[in-house]
Amino acid sequence: MNHLLIMLPILIPLYGAILSLFFWRSVRAQQFVGIMAQVCLLIASFMLLFDINENGIRTTQVGSWPAPYGITLVADLFSAMIVISGSITGMAVYLFSIKGLDKARQTFGYYPVLLVLQLGVSGACLTGDLFNLFVWFEVLLICCFVLIALGGTKPQLEGAIKYVTINFLATNFLLAGIGVVYGTLGSLNLAELAVLVRTPAAHPALINMAGMFFLIAFGIKAAIFPLFFWLPASYHTPPIAISAFIAGIITKVGMYALIRLFTLIFVTDQDLTIPLFTVLAGFTMVLGVLGAASQNDFRKILSFHIVSQIGYMLMGLALFTPLAIAGSIYFIIHNILVKTNLFLISGVVAHRHGTFALKKLGGVYLQQPLLSVLFFISAFSLAGIPPFSGFWGKFMLAKAGFEIDSFVIVLVSLAVSLMTIFSMTKIWNEVFWKKKPESDPLLEVMTEQKQHHNRLLYLPVVIMTVFILFIGLYAEPVVAMAQLAAEQLLNSELYINAVLKR
Amino acid sequence: MELILPFIIGILYSASIYLILHRHFFKLILGLILSGLATNLFLFVIGRLTRGGSAIIGPDENVAVEPFADPVPQALLLTAIVIGFGIQSFTIVLIKRVYQSFGTTDLDDMSTTDQIEEHH
Repeated sequence: MNHLLIMLPILIPLYGAILSLFFWRSVRAQQFVGIMAQVCLLIASFMLLFDINENGIRTTQVGSWPAPYGITLVADLFSAMIVISGSITGMAVYLFSIKGLDKARQTFGYYPVLLVLQLGVSGACLTGDLFNLFVWFEVLLICCFVLIALGGTKPQLEGAIKYVTINFLATNFLLAGIGVVYGTLGSLNLAELAVLVRTPAAHPALINMAGMFFLIAFGIKAAIFPLFFWLPASYHTPPIAISAFIAGIITKVGMYALIRLFTLIFVTDQDLTIPLFTVLAGFTMVLGVLGAASQNDFRKILSFHIVSQIGYMLMGLALFTPLAIAGSIYFIIHNILVKTNLFLISGVVAHRHGTFALKKLGGVYLQQPLLSVLFFISAFSLAGIPPFSGFWGKFMLAKAGFEIDSFVIVLVSLAVSLMTIFSMTKIWNEVFWKKKPESDPLLEVMTEQKQHHNRLLYLPVVIMTVFILFIGLYAEPVVAMAQLAAEQLLNSELYINAVLKR
Repeated sequence: MELILPFIIGILYSASIYLILHRHFFKLILGLILSGLATNLFLFVIGRLTRGGSAIIGPDENVAVEPFADPVPQALLLTAIVIGFGIQSFTIVLIKRVYQSFGTTDLDDMSTTDQIEEHH
């Protein structure tokens, strides 16, 4: 049963995807299978989290080959928390897609591809093997390629070219890094690698080089400075259901891999990595938020904010204290939920008004007061106003920074918070507050017809907001869990002993 | 042989970067393919080359006889080749579609998604 529990987040999307392929002609059946799979995935990941919370790190060896020879799956608190946020996001996006995505895209394999994407996310979070990490990343990237290009409109194709090219290069860096690690240490099992790098026989220069390969590869996937330019160029191009999922989860999986590798394996030369991460985190935050400030499109502002928020997650890794890592973990969870929700809200607005351009929008507060409240909550969470969720993440990071006297990065992060409020206020003013500009009557008629769909579009937004409010207002258990997860990450012995059964 | 291969890898990498930085779509595809090849070759060489010894355990033995080639890099390589092949074919089809809908082969014509929308 314990082994099954780790496998379930991988098996459910896999079987869901296979089953929905059998119903290629019936979108309704695919929707049903998809929703069922999402519900099961959510239950399974919560069961996994409670199990780990009670019994510590869980491992299983696929095919019963003992570690380090076989393929290991490891679930610790960090990975389980990412899997849960991924499944909450997946559920919300699925509910949104039923009415929020056009029929043509739904009939061309949207549901199975999204499930395979979730398979990749779960796999990347649960694997305990470096090469498997690469394979799972490929699984999820190929699905992202397909989803971004699905439908083939001009902006989508343009975004897809940029996304595919840069990610293919990132993949090559990742492979080269894996090659260097295997060539120097002779293993691919993360736990065994963690043991090997701590032995005196390890070659620190080569391991450092491999670490830099991984930093570039996952840095591109996580969109850290200076490797983020592909993100604002491609994330806003597909329909909002697809953008919301990709924007919510994919960069954070890259961040997950960075945190995992740089707490478990590449910890031997922190004189190099910590200053490097600090500088990268600062630039990522500042440039992301400045980019957002210059944009006039709902989705593009949100896309740039992804970059800015990635900086905060990297900041936790740069400070490298238990509290800082816990702050990063909490921040990742918070950001997955909030970012997806903001994208979904922009989708609901666009569904009603037919545009994302701030200039053409307006008066949403009068027409959709509930939506305005939901946006208000999410935007304040993103900006980090207490008592909403972003505050706790930023508080933990800032406190950790002050504890080890890293004042500059903390001040930068707080200034970036102010800039985030500026961007959110801009959206609030332009979309919700100001009077709606005169538009042509044809569009009015079109939006009138869409009215009756709107109710169902609210459902996922409400669900996500409930989760956001929960982790904000009742942050205690989530923060405690993030701190436990950080302990597990920084105390590599726990991970090594769990996998190698010493 | 071991001395030649790193140079080949270096040449492949530099050629691929040169081609990717070109504006023409076709050169972009070639560059991506070359960089995939270079990485695969790198993975192969860094797993250490052992010639003429396969890691097959004979019928009368319990362990393979030294020296034998490490099978793990070869297995990684096979996986990487397959995945790379899949992505490369996707890219080729994608670029064909882009060419069909934009009617251009110049990457510089594709900068609209980066631009800030004008004020009306």
